[in-house]
Amino acid sequence: MRLARFLKLYKIKRFSWSFIRFVLIAGLSFVILYPILQKISTAIKHPSDLYSPIVVWIPENYTLDNFKNALSIMNYWDTLFNTFALAGLTTLLTTASCALAGYAFARLRFKGSKVLFAGVILTILVPPTTILIPMYMNLREFSLGGIIPLLTGRTVNLLDSYWPFILTSITANSLKAGLYIFIFTQFFRGIPKVIEEAAYIDGAGVGTTFFRIMLPNAFPAIVTVFLFSFVWQWNDSFYTTTYLTSSNVMSTQLSSLPYNLSNVLGNTTNSDPFYLSMVQDTGILLAILPLIIIYIFVQRYFVQSVERTGIVG
Amino acid sequence: MMNVLKKMGMSIRTYEGQKVLWGILFVSPWLLGFVFFFLIPLLTSLQYSFSNIEASSEGLQMTFVGFANFIEALTVNTNFNRQLIESMMDIVINVPLIIIFSLFIAVILNQKFFGRSLTRAIFFLPVILASGVILTLESTSLVQEINQQNAASGGLANALGAFELERIMLRAGVNEFIVSYLTGAVGRIYEIVSQSGVQILIFLAGIQTISPQIYEAAKMEGATGYEAFWKITLPMVSPLILVNMVYTIIDSFTRSPVTDLILSTGFDNFNFGLSSAMAWLYFVSIMLILLISTYFISKKVFYQE
Repeated sequence: MRLARFLKLYKIKRFSWSFIRFVLIAGLSFVILYPILQKISTAIKHPSDLYSPIVVWIPENYTLDNFKNALSIMNYWDTLFNTFALAGLTTLLTTASCALAGYAFARLRFKGSKVLFAGVILTILVPPTTILIPMYMNLREFSLGGIIPLLTGRTVNLLDSYWPFILTSITANSLKAGLYIFIFTQFFRGIPKVIEEAAYIDGAGVGTTFFRIMLPNAFPAIVTVFLFSFVWQWNDSFYTTTYLTSSNVMSTQLSSLPYNLSNVLGNTTNSDPFYLSMVQDTGILLAILPLIIIYIFVQRYFVQSVERTGIVG
Repeated sequence: MMNVLKKMGMSIRTYEGQKVLWGILFVSPWLLGFVFFFLIPLLTSLQYSFSNIEASSEGLQMTFVGFANFIEALTVNTNFNRQLIESMMDIVINVPLIIIFSLFIAVILNQKFFGRSLTRAIFFLPVILASGVILTLESTSLVQEINQQNAASGGLANALGAFELERIMLRAGVNEFIVSYLTGAVGRIYEIVSQSGVQILIFLAGIQTISPQIYEAAKMEGATGYEAFWKITLPMVSPLILVNMVYTIIDSFTRSPVTDLILSTGFDNFNFGLSSAMAWLYFVSIMLILLISTYFISKKVFYQE
């Protein structure tokens, strides 16, 4: 009898917890999804629905005009291609160089490597704003410590090209690269040393061990760094708007979108700010759409890989 | 000299020597970048912050002015003081909320329930969405603003709810400061949710590395889920609290208004000296927060070894 009551109580408790959990999760999911849903709803709305009091979410008149406008103003397909090229290139280079550095810091210790690792931590901690202005001046008159002027007689202006991104990512100093080196270091630390020793006994040198044995094992870490690097480069407005002034990539397009909008739409049709905002929302939606599509396919690797990267100790 | 070379030559043939050689080779790209794209700019920025810079036809003219830029940033500039304190306050207020929230969500997402993978996917979405330019544009969206206004006027219960909660808690004798902190957190729920994607990810991964045997043993001894959380989960993930705290603080760099101010001072007004001084003040104050909080938290962190 008492046992039955206890079981009943237990069941009630469990049921109520899962109910609370459901409400909580549903609510928070809505909070997260709200901006996207909002944008989708705005994007397919006809301008006349903007002032209609009965339209909140589902529009009365559907239209694709917003998409057409945003596509043409953002120069979408070119921009998409450029962004893919830039983000893909920097991601590949960053992952490669960070993996090398991470492995060296984890396993190939030499005198002073601890000091250098402290340098990595320093790059994580210093806000990028602090070094941005000297970086900008440096890249505008790029001399590589005086080597380039010796060869060609003058400095090179690297701004407004992809070179700043390529150079920083090849040398593992691009956006948040310190974090990626940290991830790789932690991961390689977690791989048993025995594996390397076995490879050495079987006649593999250090280079072979790294490329043939450690790298394939590091797949989770590589995926994690790849994802983070790609997404953050895609969204980055900080470096991109500073280094690239005229090129079309997604984040420069987005940050100049309000201006372009009022230029193009403001003069020809109605310069209604709500209408402009509507097209702007559509533009944002278009900009993050590729990311969301990629995300749907790779999100299940997210937890799996972070779990195995050893950031967690 | 010969001796050193000989020693080098000897050591290259050994496994250890080879490791050192490859180590230097692997680190060298990073080291080059570190020197050219980090250390030199950092030092230059420090130099800028102590000088008055004038652009002329011959290039930049630097004159040493001592602490003048710092004094100007702190006392003359109308915005810097306020925005620095504001963003420091933001960090101090948001970091505990984000960490508690993300730990809570990570614990929930680790339980088994229907639709878990979908929920996980949704909760990691902010990693993609809440960064960079999208965030800045989002705050300027007029349509969204209007819709929110509509929603607020339509659902008066919404505002009433928070108000009611506040009253109940005050009646119950909760400290007024804590009450306003919590109700403020409810009001800023989107901000907190959108900033805690990576943190949830890290906590979740950490929780999954705790071996299930510990929980089983605790359950055999009669521990409830509540007790298991405080006695097992929390100590086991406590190193990650430190990691997450550091991450949250450095993640706040890009969304801070101070960053905008520094950039506009530098690039729009071409006052490089003042801008660098501001950047260094910002850096130093962030470091202070980091040091203080790391000091207090690392005392409580539990390490298995």
